[in-house]
Amino acid sequence: MTKRPNSRRLSAEETFWGWVLVTPTILGLILFKVGPVLASLALSFTDYDIISPPKWAGTSNFTMLVRDKYWIKSVGVTLNYIFLFIPLSLTIAYGIALLMSQNVRGISIYRTMWYLPSLVPGVASAVVWRWALNPNFGPINYPLKMMGVPAPGWLTDPNWIIPAVVLIQLWALGSGVLIFLAAIKGVPITYYEAAEVDGASTLVKFWNITLPMTSSVIFFQLVITVIGSFQVFGVAYILFSGQTTSDPAGPGNSALFYVLYLYRNAFGYFKNGYASAMAWILFMVVMLLTLILFQLQKKWVFYETAGAD
Amino acid sequence: MRKQNTLSKLATTIVLAGGGLIMTLPFFWLISSSLKAPSKIYVFPPQFIPNPIRWQNYVEVFNAVPVFLYARNTFIITFFATIGTLLSSVLAGYAFARLRFKGRDAIFSVLIATLMLPFVVTMIPIYIMFSKIGWVNTLLPLIVPAFFGEAFFIFLLRQFFRTIPVELEDAARIDGAGRIRILFQIMVPLARPSIVVVAILSALENWNAFMQPLMYLTKRNVWTLALGMNSLQRFETGRDWTHYLMVLGVFMVIPVIITYFIAQRELIEGIVMTGMKT
Repeated sequence: MTKRPNSRRLSAEETFWGWVLVTPTILGLILFKVGPVLASLALSFTDYDIISPPKWAGTSNFTMLVRDKYWIKSVGVTLNYIFLFIPLSLTIAYGIALLMSQNVRGISIYRTMWYLPSLVPGVASAVVWRWALNPNFGPINYPLKMMGVPAPGWLTDPNWIIPAVVLIQLWALGSGVLIFLAAIKGVPITYYEAAEVDGASTLVKFWNITLPMTSSVIFFQLVITVIGSFQVFGVAYILFSGQTTSDPAGPGNSALFYVLYLYRNAFGYFKNGYASAMAWILFMVVMLLTLILFQLQKKWVFYETAGAD
Repeated sequence: MRKQNTLSKLATTIVLAGGGLIMTLPFFWLISSSLKAPSKIYVFPPQFIPNPIRWQNYVEVFNAVPVFLYARNTFIITFFATIGTLLSSVLAGYAFARLRFKGRDAIFSVLIATLMLPFVVTMIPIYIMFSKIGWVNTLLPLIVPAFFGEAFFIFLLRQFFRTIPVELEDAARIDGAGRIRILFQIMVPLARPSIVVVAILSALENWNAFMQPLMYLTKRNVWTLALGMNSLQRFETGRDWTHYLMVLGVFMVIPVIITYFIAQRELIEGIVMTGMKT
């Protein structure tokens, strides 16, 4: 009588309801994912301003991009941001999670304090940080000025714009903390006990138990953060985009993030073919990077279930 | 050994509490600025307790800015998009978890692959499609797609449905219950915690949304709170309404904080679930 699910034959009833329940999702996939991705690829070979029909442009959009100094700028800004943000956000979130796993008192209060900012709407966050980072009136430069240290012009000096955006985005790292915390707490205590019997120090335990046992979650967070970091838009638009799309995005276009420039091309200059070409390049880069990360993970990510299954 | 322990505990507490205070400082400042005159907001040294306290900001803002209109639009989008996400994701999540049919795994793989797809890749064709059918400057482009499933939430619900024992379903089927009844009378109540998670995450996402409303809503009468704030912070009125901007900020943040405190447990569990995709 004990039927294993795998041995059941496909029933007409399951097939019928399966397709019925999945139909909205399939439609959504076609209408909002697969269809638009293909359309976007096709558009990238045209000039299209929506009003007049698309004109075939061959590969000119792509060859123009490589010579477009704003595009090159936007790539530079985005890469700069990524190299600063990813290591900082992962190590800080992991570090805070490690501290939170230490059974200190009042943990739920700390968790709330660290997590709440990640729920704040981007506009509200940008508005608050515009003040916090204000070179003259903000509380971040306040102690520096008191000590007579030259305070950075966070939102006005081109060299400080990206660190400023990194800081703003770091404010929302709370969900990473919660995810790492759960992973760290999920490490079986018996492993630590066994190591203590062998006289392992705190550092050895961290390096040989905690880190490998949470590496799959670290890897997953890394992938998510990489994909997300390429797509910064809201903060850059709100704080630096100026009144019109012909204004520079921040002093010397120092906040011209990739997606901001793409958005300007599509909705400011109505160059939808050009913007689509940009989108596809981004897509390819993100896909390639994800594939590389998945290849590299075999070298450093430890999966507990291997062999135990 | 013990001394070192208390010392490291103290250090831990200092970092967590100190850092935590810095993290919460912007909230206090938002509230404090919403009670100031505009000329008192950007001053040095920073003034944390408003002097004088301008309670009237919270009254005047309604004359200066169409708050009710923006709030209503934001609420309509959030409410219907969340309903749509829940409905479509529960149906698909159940089907992917429990019903076996040809092609199921292929469709599911495509669905999961779309999680990697940057939004900007699909943004332009979707915008063109909605503009051709005249939906620009309506709330529809922000609501209707939600009824067609969202990969991440489908995945989340599928994982949860799979943990519910099949025997419960089999028993109901022997009693002659149909699929839809099984889904809504047995599975949905059992999956309540994860459905709550999806509802909260989806509602927050829609409440906080910026980029899509910015694309589709160019006329003031369809603006959301986020767009209203964006316009104020650009001084589009030509006047210094920073204090009203802060009041709007408070209005946007308060529902989020209330949601957090009501559903803290579910929300944290949900966040953790989102990070443990295996």
